[in-house]
This record gives sequence, structure tokens and C-alpha cells, in this order.
Amino acid sequence: MAIAVPRSAVRRRVDGERWLRHGLLAVFALFLYVFLAWPMAQIAWRSLLDNQGRFIGLANYVRYVSTPAIGVSITNSLVVSLAAMMITVAVAFVYAYALARTRLPGRGLFRLVAMLPIFAPSLVSAIAFVYAFGNNGIVTRQTGVNIGIYGAKGIVLAEVFYCFPHAMLILMAALAAADARLYDAAAALGASRVKTFMTVTLPGVKYGLMSACFVVFTLVITDFGVPKVVGGKFSVMATEIYNQVIGQQNFTMGATVSVVLLIPAALACVIDRIVQRRQYALVSSSARPLAPGGGRLSRVLLFVYCALVAGGILGIYGVIFGASIVTRWPYNFALTLKHYRFDTIGGYTPLLNSVWVAALTAVVGTVITFAGAYLVEKTRTRARGVLYMLSLLPVAVPGMVLGLAYIFVFNAAGSVLNRLYGTLAILVISNLIHYFTVPFLTATTSLKQMDAEFENVSASLGVPFYRTVWRVTVPIALPSIVGISMYFFLNAMVTLSAVVFLVAPGTELAAVAVLLLDDAGESAQATAMSVLIIGIGLLTRLVYWALLRGVTRRTQAWTMSTQEPAAGS
Amino acid sequence: MAELRPPAVALEGVAKRFGAVVALRGVSLTVAEGEFVCFLGPSGCGKTTLLRIVAGLERQNVGVVRMAGRDVSGLPPSQRNYGIVFQSYALFPNLTVARNVAYGLETRRLGRARVEARVDELLDLVHLRAHKQRYPAQLSGGEQQRVALARALAPSPSLLLLDEPLSALDARVRLALRLEMKALQRRLGISTIMVTHDQEEALTMADRIVVMNHGVVEQIGTPADIYTEPASLFVARFVGHMNLWPAVADAQPGRARVGALTLRHRPAAGVSPGEAVTLGIRPEEVRVGAAAREADNRLTARVTTVQFQGAFTRLALTGLGDGALPLECDVAATALAELGLKEGAEVPVALAPEALRAFPGPPPAEG
Repeated sequence: MAIAVPRSAVRRRVDGERWLRHGLLAVFALFLYVFLAWPMAQIAWRSLLDNQGRFIGLANYVRYVSTPAIGVSITNSLVVSLAAMMITVAVAFVYAYALARTRLPGRGLFRLVAMLPIFAPSLVSAIAFVYAFGNNGIVTRQTGVNIGIYGAKGIVLAEVFYCFPHAMLILMAALAAADARLYDAAAALGASRVKTFMTVTLPGVKYGLMSACFVVFTLVITDFGVPKVVGGKFSVMATEIYNQVIGQQNFTMGATVSVVLLIPAALACVIDRIVQRRQYALVSSSARPLAPGGGRLSRVLLFVYCALVAGGILGIYGVIFGASIVTRWPYNFALTLKHYRFDTIGGYTPLLNSVWVAALTAVVGTVITFAGAYLVEKTRTRARGVLYMLSLLPVAVPGMVLGLAYIFVFNAAGSVLNRLYGTLAILVISNLIHYFTVPFLTATTSLKQMDAEFENVSASLGVPFYRTVWRVTVPIALPSIVGISMYFFLNAMVTLSAVVFLVAPGTELAAVAVLLLDDAGESAQATAMSVLIIGIGLLTRLVYWALLRGVTRRTQAWTMSTQEPAAGS
Repeated sequence: MAELRPPAVALEGVAKRFGAVVALRGVSLTVAEGEFVCFLGPSGCGKTTLLRIVAGLERQNVGVVRMAGRDVSGLPPSQRNYGIVFQSYALFPNLTVARNVAYGLETRRLGRARVEARVDELLDLVHLRAHKQRYPAQLSGGEQQRVALARALAPSPSLLLLDEPLSALDARVRLALRLEMKALQRRLGISTIMVTHDQEEALTMADRIVVMNHGVVEQIGTPADIYTEPASLFVARFVGHMNLWPAVADAQPGRARVGALTLRHRPAAGVSPGEAVTLGIRPEEVRVGAAAREADNRLTARVTTVQFQGAFTRLALTGLGDGALPLECDVAATALAELGLKEGAEVPVALAPEALRAFPGPPPAEG
């Protein structure tokens, strides 16, 4: 039966709800365009111009790779990133294995300590290493051995420390998802422990391992704080962008290095996403969880190992805290609070700015990512694929690149967007975009887990979609929403790379203050500021933890199916 | 006499494509006021798409959808006045049973007392008033589906749409709920469309069945019509069980040859002499033993297996078409004892001409 069926559907009468939905979607699209797509296009375009604005094709790229002084930053970046990646993943794997697969005493504490570096800007670890192993470091003075911290060695050491929790979290998740049936089968077949490890354990976590590698590699190659503090003359791409832009006012070369830096970072992100998808597919729903085990000897060894690593982390923080409360490290250990006065940077303005920016980022970011994810997920539109891809893009954009792109767009003469430059708003927006992808994906996942017919049922009952969002969608997703806002807050507190280009007189931020204080030789005040940033981070985490418990108890009561309903009412 | 009231739903030439795939190829049908209609067909036949077009959840590419005479083709779901129940229940997990049922009432400015009264009324209707304050996760699958039904009916819609409402339930719950839903529908007199792939469900619940395949309506009729007078080979195969054999139409109308045997069959349209046809008869229509002696279309067959199935026994026979073609027949338990059949025995069989149907074309490849 051949009947002609046209390609287009019948026209739907446009009602208020559809107007609203598509209007909001357009606002979301505009947001991504102005603050992401347009700046990225700008940076790519600028790399093809000279400083007078003339088009010169790929000449900047040719100059970048052929000038040894700056071209070396490419290989330097790759070398330290690969080295830090291998060391971090190796160290974190054993640690994660001990926590996930054995009944080690004090596992909770070990886990907590391992998470500490997440609460500090990356450069804090570098400052601590300088305090410990620098020319005047405490270890150097006590032992008389100067390990030569400035340069590649110091960068790798500090980056391992900074990336450790990220790798450990991924590896713990991978190790925890083991299927006990495979171990039973290996034991039944008489496989030795080494053989079982090689044939069952490692293949089971291979995607987790790969994912950890990519995440660490990306973190290191895009990081600016550590090489800035401890790199010395050893130039990497992130610091090269800063040098070109701030030091030499060579914006086009900054753009060129940015585009080149985008390549490995973007590549690592794409592969990581593919790998992560595989990891989920690896765990079958019929898998039986593996009970933690391990012999006595291995437990003792692992305990010693974990204690050493955790002790190292605590030691680094101890150095930071110690340096902040003594008169002059390492010459005068008399206790003082004078470094907490921050007299050289005018007191507490940067810290208050940071808290304010982080809070705004958390609130606005949560609303935008959740609303955006909802609109993209639940609206049928041709723009859906494009918006989804745009939302995934930020994770591949290094902070330095985003910051420089914002200079191009928001510091251009005669643009209306110029008004944003030098305000706290631009800092909030850059944080929003910089950390957009993970919350967006979290929100999308939690929306996908809901029955797709909720909206259809509501429509059939004549209930507008926004009412259902408020009464059903948001309450169900509340745990993810709380998680998203915490992610935004904590990252906004510690980020340095994007905002370092965007702060202005009156809008200084705490993490940038740490950098500037350290640069100006006021490292004691830098450590004091670091301590406060970490303190606020830990406090926030605690508040969120309590909040999440309350939220779970109150609004997620329905998930406990055995619970008896309240009497009466 | 012409109907005074327009049908609850009228579809005129509805077609739908998803990219390169055409899901519906021009479907027209009506659902009368108070009627229970089932869309029946295998998965991918377009029945769910058709229901979603009626609901306004999917937009047709061409065609008109009318509800009670009103053209709703371009209207959003919220302006079509129906209630819908999905296979997944789609109950709001964070709201109690009472809040779920009240969901569609709360935006209608009815006042608290009236909303509560209506909720109680509906929960009584589905026998769940005791569970009013529970959350969906605390109910069984059948109970959840009854809540979903109450929620759909709460705003008193003029049409009820059911999208495979029983498919996710256990067999026993499914049977009980089938009766309950049908009784409820009768009592309320609400026009209803149900999508299902379960022919038994369609046969027991529907006033009329729409059998669909590949985006086309194969037949519309009462359950008895569909079963006894299948309009096509597809319907004959999909609804109930039927023996099918390849045959050649005879020069004499109403006759066809299977091997050396010439059989009389019911008058059939679209069959021309010398062309391939398919002959079909349902297992329970085959006469065996003494009942076959006097009848037309007689042959002798050999019993290959005797399969006890409880209420009846299914015999697998061979003997047709040079002895190679299989033939199944159902014999009631009591009749079987009288026959005293064993595997390997020979038995007279008759294919009553009034039960033997002929369809144009050869039978499909798969048996």
C-alpha cells in the first residue's frame, strides 16, 4: 500500500506552555553561545592574526613550534603530565585497593585524609613542597640535602599530590564494582593469587585505570598553579599562555598556545568519555558484590602503605598550617596570627569575594545546569544535539584558554559585553562555564532515571510542565541537585586558571591572592590564605553532608518501600 | 438510523513517519461513545504510535484526529480531555497515593474539600482507599496500576487511553485486573482505547478489536468476528491458532487442491483458479473419529503425538497432501477417552467446508 507520507508533521497550535519551553531553551542556547561558543571561536580566530589584527594564517603556529624558547613548553607539558599521570595512578591504585578490597582498620579516616587536596587550589601543594624541600625548606635545612625542587621534579611531585584524590575516587569506584562470582570461579579453578590478580582484578578495572589516567593527565596539562609556583625556568604550556599574555602582552601567541593546549586536553576528554561508557557496561546487573578480604600479611603491608601516604598528605597540610602561624618559617617558630591580617592585599576582601562568587556560582550554576539539562532532555527540538555537544565541550577547555577567550570577548573595545569586564559577574560566569559539564551530565543522568511518561501524564491531566518540574522532578532529583551545588561551590573556591585573567581591582579572589602573595614573596600570608580556603571548603562539605542527610530523610522517604505510612492525617 | 452523537474518536487517514521509517500508512477508524476498542498487533505494528497520536504525544504527518466531533489534530495533549495509563504506571514516586490521584484536580480550583471527596470516590472505585497515605513504592504492581487508573479518571475525562496497562504484571494479577478494568469501564461508560499485543486480553476485554500490522489496519471487528472471520492470513495467524497449508485454487470456485486431494472451502474473495492459495482451519474445528465419518472433506491421518494440555488434548497428525503436511486438532478430554487414540494410530479426520478458509497467496515461510 503506497501512500505518500510527507516529511513534516502537522502543525501544532502554539500554546503558552510551548512558547515558554522554547523561549527558555532559546535563552539557554544564547547563554552557551555568548559565553562558550563565541569566546572559543574568538580564540581560534585570534591565533590566526598578528598583534596588529592582520590575518597571517598559520604563521603564529609556525613560530611557536620553531622558536625553541617557547616551543619547548609543548614537550615539557607532555613530559610532566605523563610522569605525574603514571606516578599518581600507581600510588592511588594501591591506596584504593586497600580501601575497597580489604577490611583495613581506619579506612574511613584514610579516605577522608586522601580527599583533602580537593579542598585546596593546586598551587597550595606546590607552596608546601617549597616550604619542605625548597632552598630554605625545613627538610633541606635539617638534612642538608637539596633535591632541587624547582623545575620538572617539583611540578611532578606537587601534581601527584594534587591529583591523588581524583585518581583514587575513580579507582575506588572501579574496584568496588567487582563481581564476586569471577573470584569464586578463579578460586575453584585453583588459580594463584598473582594469577587471579592478573586475570580477574586488573581486567575488571582496566577502564577505571584508563579513566584515571586520562583525568590525571588532563588535570596536570591544564594546571597553571603548580608550575607557576614551583616550575622556575621550566616552562609548560599553561604558564606559557600566562607569560605571553601578562608578561609580554602578546595576545595572539597566547591564543596560539591555547589552541595547541586544547588538542591534548580535548583528546583526553573524548577518550575518557568513551572509556567511561564501557566501564558501566562491564558491570552486569546480576553481579554479586565482592566481600573485602585479604590475608594478614597483606593487610599489615597495606596498612603501613596507607599510613605513609596519608601521613604524607597530612604532613604537607601541616607544613602549610605551620608556616601560616609562625613568625618566619623556618627561622623563627614563635607563634603569631599576623599573617592572617593580609595587610599587603588589603585584608579579607579577596576571601569574601571568593565566598560570594562561589555561593553565586553554586546557586546560579545549579539552576542553569539543571534547567538546561531538563530542557535539552525533555524538549523535542532539532537543536537538541547541538546543545548537548556544546554542554559537553567545557570539560575539554583548559581554564587558561577559557580565561584568555573571555579577555578577547569581554575586554574588546566597543562591545556591549564590555560592561561585564571587571565585575564579579564575569567571574561567576567563567566558573559556570569552566565547571559546566560534570553538573550538566549529573543532572541529565538523574533526569534519564525518571519515567519518561511523567511529563505525558501531567499533560494529559492538564497540569503545566513547570508545575510538574516543581512538584515531582525537582524533589526526586534533590540529592543530585545538592551534589551539583556543592561541586560548583568547592571548585569556585579553589579555581585559579580561568579567573587569573579576569580578576580586577575590587574583584580579587582568594586563590589568585595566594598566587600573588607567593609571587610577591609574602608566602606566609599565602599559606594563611590557603588555610582559610581549605577551612571554608571543609566547613562547606560538612554543611552539605548534614544537608544531604536531612534532604534524604525528609523528601526521599518514599524510597524506603517497607516504611509504614504515618498514622492518621 | 443515523447516529445523533458524533463518535468519541474518529481518525481519518492518519499517517506517521519517523525519518525513513513509515510507522502508520493512513489509518481511519472510529470509536463510538462508551465503546472499548483494542489496538492489537505485534510489536512495531504502529499501535502504540497510533495511541500516542490520539493522545497528542506524537504528531501525525497527515490525517485528522477528531474527538466528539471536534478537530483536535493540532491541539496539545492538555487540551484534548483524556486520561492515560502507561505500562510503567508512571506514578509520581514522591507523592502519596492520594496526592497522585489528586494531581490533575489540584490545578482546577475545585477547593480542597471537593478534591478530597473526589479522591476518596476514585480510591473506593479501585478498592484502594485504605492505602491512601502510602507511597507508590509501598504498593504491589497491580495496586500501582489501579492508582494510575484512578489518577487518569479523576478529572472525569471523556476518553480513557490504556497503553499496554497489564503487560508489566504477573499472570494472575493480570487476569484479575482485566476483569476489574473491564467492569469499571462498563460502569462508567467511558470510551476507551487500549493498546495490547496480547490477543487473549483483546478478545476478553474489547467491544471491538483493531488488528494492525506494519502500520496498516488489517481488520476491525468484534472479538467473535476477528476470531471466526479473519479477514486476512495475518489476522488468522495472529489471533488464535490455525492450521495452514499451501494449496492451488481449483477451476471450480470454492474448491482447492492439496496434493491429490480436492477440498471444499468457504467462499473466498481474491482467489483465482490455478493460483496458489492458503487453506486454514482452527484446531478445535477439525473433526476426528466418529464425528468425521459422515462429513465432507474426509481423509485418514496418522497420530504422531498426543499432547495433554489440561482442558483439552492437542493431537498432531499427518496425512494431508501426500501424507507429509502436519495437522493439529484439539479434542476435549472427555472425547479423547471415547476415541482411545494412541501415537501411531490411524484416524478418520474431516475438515468441515464451512470451517475451512482460503486466503489468496502461499502461506508465509515460517510455520
